[in-house]
Amino acid sequence: MEFMSTHLLTSILFFPVVVALVLLFLPSDQQKLIRWTAFIGSLIPLGLTIWMWTQFNSTAAGFQFQERYPWYDALGSSFHIGIDGISFSMVFLTTLLTPIVILASFGITDRVKAYMMLFLFLEMGMLGVFMALDLLIFFVFWELGLVPMYFLINQWGSPKGEREVNSIFGKFTMPSRNYASFKFMIYTMAGSLGLLLAIQLIGVLFGTYDLLTLYEKWTSLTDGTLLGMPVAQVKTVAFWAFAVAFALKVPVWPFHTWLPDAHTDAPTAGSMILAGVLLKLGAYGFIRLVLPLYPAESAQYAGALAFLAMMAIVFGAFASYGQTDFKRLVAYSSVNHMGFVLLGIAAAAASAGTMDAHIAMSGAVLQMFNHGLSSAGMFFLVGVIYDRTHTRNLDDFGGLFPLVPVYGTIMIFTSMASLGLPGLNGFVSEFMVVRGAFPVLTVYTALSMIGLLFTGAYILKGIKKVLHGPLNEHWAHGEHRLTEINTREILVMAPLMILILVTGIWPMWILDVINKAVTMLF
Amino acid sequence: MATETLIWLVPLPPLLAFFLIVLFTNKSKALSHSIAVGAAFLSWLAAMLIFAAALGREHLGEDPFTSQINWLPTGDTFLKIGVMIDPLSAVVLFFVGWTVLMIFLYSVGYHNFGQPAGDHDHKGLPPHGATVTDEHGHKHTVLSIEPMYSRFFAFIGLFAFGMYTLVVSDNLLTLFVGWEIMGLCSYLLIGFWFAKPSARAAAIKAFMTTRVGDVFMLMGVAYLYSMTGTLSYRAIFYNEEVLHHLATTAAPLFGMSAAGLIGLLLFIGTVGKSAQWPLHIWLPDAMEGPTPVSAMIHAATMVSAGVYMVIRIFPLFTADWDHHSLTTTMSIIAFIGAFTAIFAATIAVAQNDIKKVLAYSTISQLGFMIAALGMGAYIAAAFHLVTHAFFKALLFLGSGSVIHGMEHGVMHTGDHHVDPQDMWNMGGLRKKMPITFWTFLIGGFALSGFPLVTAGFWSKDEILADAFAHGHWAILATLSIAALMTAFYTMRQITLTFFGEPRTKEAEHAHETPWTMTTPLVVLSVFAIGYGWLGIPEHFPGLGGIVPNWFHEFVGGTLIHHPEAVAFHWEPLAISLVVAFGGLGLGWVVYKDVKAGQPDPLEKPLGPLYPFLKNKWYFDEFYTYYVVGPMTWVSEVFTFQWMDRGVIDGIIHSVAQLAPAIGSFLRNWFDKPVVNELIGDGSAAVFQWLGHQLRFIQTGRLQAYLISAVATFLVVGAALYYFGF
Repeated sequence: MEFMSTHLLTSILFFPVVVALVLLFLPSDQQKLIRWTAFIGSLIPLGLTIWMWTQFNSTAAGFQFQERYPWYDALGSSFHIGIDGISFSMVFLTTLLTPIVILASFGITDRVKAYMMLFLFLEMGMLGVFMALDLLIFFVFWELGLVPMYFLINQWGSPKGEREVNSIFGKFTMPSRNYASFKFMIYTMAGSLGLLLAIQLIGVLFGTYDLLTLYEKWTSLTDGTLLGMPVAQVKTVAFWAFAVAFALKVPVWPFHTWLPDAHTDAPTAGSMILAGVLLKLGAYGFIRLVLPLYPAESAQYAGALAFLAMMAIVFGAFASYGQTDFKRLVAYSSVNHMGFVLLGIAAAAASAGTMDAHIAMSGAVLQMFNHGLSSAGMFFLVGVIYDRTHTRNLDDFGGLFPLVPVYGTIMIFTSMASLGLPGLNGFVSEFMVVRGAFPVLTVYTALSMIGLLFTGAYILKGIKKVLHGPLNEHWAHGEHRLTEINTREILVMAPLMILILVTGIWPMWILDVINKAVTMLF
Repeated sequence: MATETLIWLVPLPPLLAFFLIVLFTNKSKALSHSIAVGAAFLSWLAAMLIFAAALGREHLGEDPFTSQINWLPTGDTFLKIGVMIDPLSAVVLFFVGWTVLMIFLYSVGYHNFGQPAGDHDHKGLPPHGATVTDEHGHKHTVLSIEPMYSRFFAFIGLFAFGMYTLVVSDNLLTLFVGWEIMGLCSYLLIGFWFAKPSARAAAIKAFMTTRVGDVFMLMGVAYLYSMTGTLSYRAIFYNEEVLHHLATTAAPLFGMSAAGLIGLLLFIGTVGKSAQWPLHIWLPDAMEGPTPVSAMIHAATMVSAGVYMVIRIFPLFTADWDHHSLTTTMSIIAFIGAFTAIFAATIAVAQNDIKKVLAYSTISQLGFMIAALGMGAYIAAAFHLVTHAFFKALLFLGSGSVIHGMEHGVMHTGDHHVDPQDMWNMGGLRKKMPITFWTFLIGGFALSGFPLVTAGFWSKDEILADAFAHGHWAILATLSIAALMTAFYTMRQITLTFFGEPRTKEAEHAHETPWTMTTPLVVLSVFAIGYGWLGIPEHFPGLGGIVPNWFHEFVGGTLIHHPEAVAFHWEPLAISLVVAFGGLGLGWVVYKDVKAGQPDPLEKPLGPLYPFLKNKWYFDEFYTYYVVGPMTWVSEVFTFQWMDRGVIDGIIHSVAQLAPAIGSFLRNWFDKPVVNELIGDGSAAVFQWLGHQLRFIQTGRLQAYLISAVATFLVVGAALYYFGF
């Protein structure tokens, strides 16, 4: 306990690995034991996070629970971690969603041990990004998170389906989960190349990768030349290298097309964590690195970012409405919702130091948290019905509400959270983003309203096609008879639904921490 | 208990009922409706206590009941939310309390509580009736209980929560919360019988159409919030400094002031919610829902909420008004209101469905209120809002009672092809359903503005008087014609339904509805008459001054500058009388002798106009063809197929394929020809060729080898000698 209280962050960060190592030594045929060990083990980081919350001082400036160990001394990089209110909310989201997705994966019977271990490694990778206070450490964890996800999609993804690959060189088809995992991995890595180069540049220049030092040194560097070019020019290039890497992950239009593919073919729990946490890494990168390291460039290019955000909001909603695959519909909704996060970030960048910036940024962070809850819930619900019917085609359903009233009620509830119904969580954050962005980026905010309108259209389309309308008799009788959502599945949804409702009614419980951190930073 | 605490508590019982029913009691129908009606009663009781407290407070307008808490941290400050009862919310709370309670009670009877379960009723479809055997062994088909009875009460509970929240709010944010919760409930309730494709479509249409308005409203809220740093009514609408600031700041569009533009954006929210042209299309389709829902949504609560909001923001969009010529925003509001009033009235004239007539009549009446607000007639609009809520709820519940009675007839004859909502299948119902008839007559006369007796007369007259007094002739003319048509289609409806002889067997066997349904009708008809007496103008000949013009005095206090009552003129009164009597008389004359199977007497004189009106000016077709169709194409084809799959993925795939392409180029054009063939295979070939060429010296004869060895020795030796070694 003593060790834990003084090394709280490292304990949270590496406990999942400890659990994974324990799993390694369990017999593979004891699936039940493996599941429960993974589940209970993943509850401990959550418990520690909540304990940390009680110790957290939201009014103190800067980072708390900092730990620092020598690492790549030769490069000037150290293992430096710490959190503030913004990263705390993300750490909490991660440690909260991991046990939930592990519980959601209890139906997996194929190579359970490897599956659970991958999820635990994934949790560590994501937590590392949120905690890192060293650019190199950040990058290491950033890339580390890719690997487990790649294998989860590639090995446990939907076994059916082909994807046509069209290009100027011709067409061919490949198994869709291979396609999706490959696209996810290569695309993200390609985006990170520029990030790595820019990090190298900064590191070599100052001999350190420590964020707290760089916040000062790098931003105060304005005159002179670097690599034979004016500093401003170098900074602009580096800014875009950072921005593109993170934009890919968010994902921002037009870099978003990996997302529907990855989501659609990932196993249910994979989609939950992908939408719930992994997308937040990109937005977090903007908040933690891009805005503080490049305040001038961020303000200068805020309009461009807002344009991309607006495109994501509008065309994400349109594309979602245009789907016939239930899971792809939900996947595109992430593009739409994450667009609001970027819109908030852009507004904060454009108006740094004002109340508009604080509201927009708090809204963006809260939107990240909220989207984590509602999208994980939506993906799980898609998974629940897929497990029973083995189809995701919206036209195959219809009128299922009387067969599965509890499932239907939960689905309508979660859909409404996703739609941004006032009284539920999504509304609060979207309202804050719109409020913060409106005076700063009026035109883009106004155009984004088209997306907000169509959010309603695709959500209602989902409900219409699945629950309402004449009953599709196929699911009413015999062996195809659709069964109601079971207790374990309700337990997966319950914490999400409770938090969705509580955040909608009393957002202060989490927003207070976020708002204070945002006010001190931006 | 302090009144402020009580105000916080008003919305909670129906919410609690919603959760209780959804989570625990949904298996028990009796328990569920008891909880719901009980909750409505508690809210009603609280509302009446608050109303009494509000009446007892002097200068309520300047010193309303308020209470606030911090809700949203915004930097160093907070966005506060809270509750407030000022004169306007007090009168609205009063009518909401009454109508909601009546509608809850009515629902018990409407959904056939106490009747047996249906023979083959399905969840998601209206009940089809049950077969019972009496003591003589005869089989009868009777009405069957709604299969989703408990769910209905849960939904209307949530709906009531939304409405109460909206009314007691002291700020635009919680107003918006209540507004949207009602939107959700109207979606759920219109689509209550979700297995019917028409109900499902109507629900989506209602949600999406109102959402068009909502996103504009959200922008208006964000705009107002960023301009003033608050959303509280008191801090904005009761604050001359803030209003002046808003009125003098220029907005980026159309040369308006910020106040005007914000007012306009918020008003678009109302266009959606209160079903004003051009977003009116959802409301008639919303008749797919059960009738108590129609009454809730279309009379008492949701559509009234839209008008209520415009009344609330009245000081905002009139902030830069000089009290002579209307501002841009006011003109737009007045135009939309007046146009909607007459446009919807023309459609109502040609409808056959008893509920559709009422639906268009609601749109039209809301247009009256909006037009009144647009020309600055604050009190008249508020007055008409309240009276309309009472008499329109009465009419909707009355129509539900008629339909219920007709369904009874349908069960009796067993002919399920007879539409119990079509007025042409009715006739002569006054004898079969006397309570429904008399109360419907009261409601209908109130709607027509039957002079002196009915509440509708006083409120509508006030709107016309205001238009006359301020010289808004176009509005006056439009509204007068609309009022004439209103009286006409109302009398058409009453005559077709209740007078003459039954035109079908079903109408002959119609039956009065149970007490749970008739009691609300009686209570509401008291208000449909009596409420008008609270707002008789002071100088009205004969009656003026006997009863004080309480409504004007009380609600006027909501504004900083108490609005003046308009002077009395004979002309608008004469117009009121002419249109009311003229319309009613005409309706009676044209429809009193209609026989079974006869076409609508209007069909001939109106010619091609009749189908045009019957088909609602073809607005649905217009939107389907020009809005829904293109949007679906944009989503499915343009965005997904072309942009994402075609262009973006195409580029990604091409870039991705570039790697193998470069690889294969290097292999096929460098590795293979240069490295493999030229250097690798080439050098081998050279040596092979050389070997071939030198074969002839490998003779195998020792002498030859010796000669060549000697020769080589000599040549090498000579070379060494020559080069000087």
